[in-house]
Amino acid sequence: MTQIFVDLGMDAGWAMIVSAIIGSLLIALPLMLAVAMIIYVDRKVWASINLRRGPNVVGPFGLLQSFADGLKVMLQETIIPSAANKAIFLIAPIVTFTVALAAWAVIPFDAGVVLADINVGLLYILAISSLSVYGVVMSGWASNSKYPFFSAMRASAQMISYEVSIGFILVCVVLYAGSFNLSAIVEAQKGHGFGIINGYWFNLLLFPIWVMFFISALAETQRVPFDLTEAESELVAGYQTEYSSMSFALFWLGEYANILLMCSLNTLLFWGGWLPPLDIPVLYYVPGIIWFLLKTFFFFFMFSWVMATVPRYRYDQLMRLGWKVFLPLSLFFVVAISGWLMFTRYGVAA
Amino acid sequence: MLHIIAFYLFAALVIASGAMTIMSRNPVHSVLWLILAFFNAAGLMVLIGAEFIAMLLVIVYVGAVAVLFLFVVMMLNIDFAELRAGFMKNAPLGVVIALVLVCELVLGLGAYRAGIIELGTPSGEVLLGETNIAQIGELLYGRYLFLFESAGIILLVAMIGAIVLTHREQRSPRGHQNIAKQNARRPEEATELKQPGIGQGVEL
Repeated sequence: MTQIFVDLGMDAGWAMIVSAIIGSLLIALPLMLAVAMIIYVDRKVWASINLRRGPNVVGPFGLLQSFADGLKVMLQETIIPSAANKAIFLIAPIVTFTVALAAWAVIPFDAGVVLADINVGLLYILAISSLSVYGVVMSGWASNSKYPFFSAMRASAQMISYEVSIGFILVCVVLYAGSFNLSAIVEAQKGHGFGIINGYWFNLLLFPIWVMFFISALAETQRVPFDLTEAESELVAGYQTEYSSMSFALFWLGEYANILLMCSLNTLLFWGGWLPPLDIPVLYYVPGIIWFLLKTFFFFFMFSWVMATVPRYRYDQLMRLGWKVFLPLSLFFVVAISGWLMFTRYGVAA
Repeated sequence: MLHIIAFYLFAALVIASGAMTIMSRNPVHSVLWLILAFFNAAGLMVLIGAEFIAMLLVIVYVGAVAVLFLFVVMMLNIDFAELRAGFMKNAPLGVVIALVLVCELVLGLGAYRAGIIELGTPSGEVLLGETNIAQIGELLYGRYLFLFESAGIILLVAMIGAIVLTHREQRSPRGHQNIAKQNARRPEEATELKQPGIGQGVEL
């Protein structure tokens, strides 16, 4: 895109800045729309599983429910507790929201359709997702209230624990793909299974890794069954308890943007990203972005499905799963996969 | 042009947030300023083309170390008046440290005037065109393999030491959970379904 602005007679540096701003808007605005719609989908899926109707009043089939909620939230008064630490109280939702958007910079939607095609893309995502804990911790502390504080404690412990296993899981994928660049990882999955199936899921060593990644992603985004930070029976609404109006909405949007990010990572790392599921020429007539969105949507459906059917974990069970099950298992798979690759691909050095 | 603006922005923010880290009265604010400093230092790393180090800085320091700092500092209920009360007691020590630093500064300036030290020339070949990660991997797992592995061993020993120091034998009568036993428990063993007739109640 930079080239277009250079042709229009712009300085190279300015052209880069302008194209970066336009590119960011092109990602952020559709993303916000997608988040609004995905919240509607989420509520509809839970409703269907619970044999309810879900939102069906605002607009046809209730499609405009999220926008009505957004408008309502914007018109509400922002209440800041008098005992709160004002600056941090207000910065916390901004941090959550910004961090949730920033990670999308390296997500490739189609071949070459990516804002920043950097060669440390996956590390960037790890770094950004490790930042997202700060929004929760800051809001919990700044609220100066017990429930948010407990929630912040739980969140920081939980996210640190699961980041460790997510790190090892990503190492396995990187070992197979031979690159940290997300586009290169997707390209490496072309025809991975018998030369016809696109995606790393079709691999006896990587399928268990995918299952672990899916569960860790649930824990990392604090979705059910790992939503101990906002367990309503224990902590009212967790770290969001003291928030109102737009500051609450920013948490809400950031949370769903993070969930969508994890779904798209699932797609990119294990299910072939923008590539069609099978490596057949006919399927390539469908644009890559359609495949990408379809797969991401399917994983989002799985997230909602889990939310509607699985009961919440106890806190000690959560920690046990992270440290005593996932960590040793993912370490084992790092060793097994690197051993297998040395044996088959690179050859053992004499 | 853009590089220069970015450099001065990041550098100024690093220094400012570093200063705020030691100047802010609330320890939680201090930690948050420290995190901002780490983050901007990562920005500086990106500017000199060391994007791998930059990402590791964010993942390790911001994502793990600083979270633990924040975790601990948040839970401490620090009394600021008490903190300031110790100022006079520690003042002589502070003066000594300040004097040492001044001496070093004077010495450094003198050494700077005396001319530069003859440094050896770097002999390694520059791996042009390769990514950061590939270059670091080449060095760590090639030339510096032994040093890298021994650093790993030292860290492992430190970790085991920390665990041994904090490990205590569980002497409480509270038994441990047996997860396998809990999972193996079926509804039939734990519950009993009864259909009491009207006005009869349940026999326990």
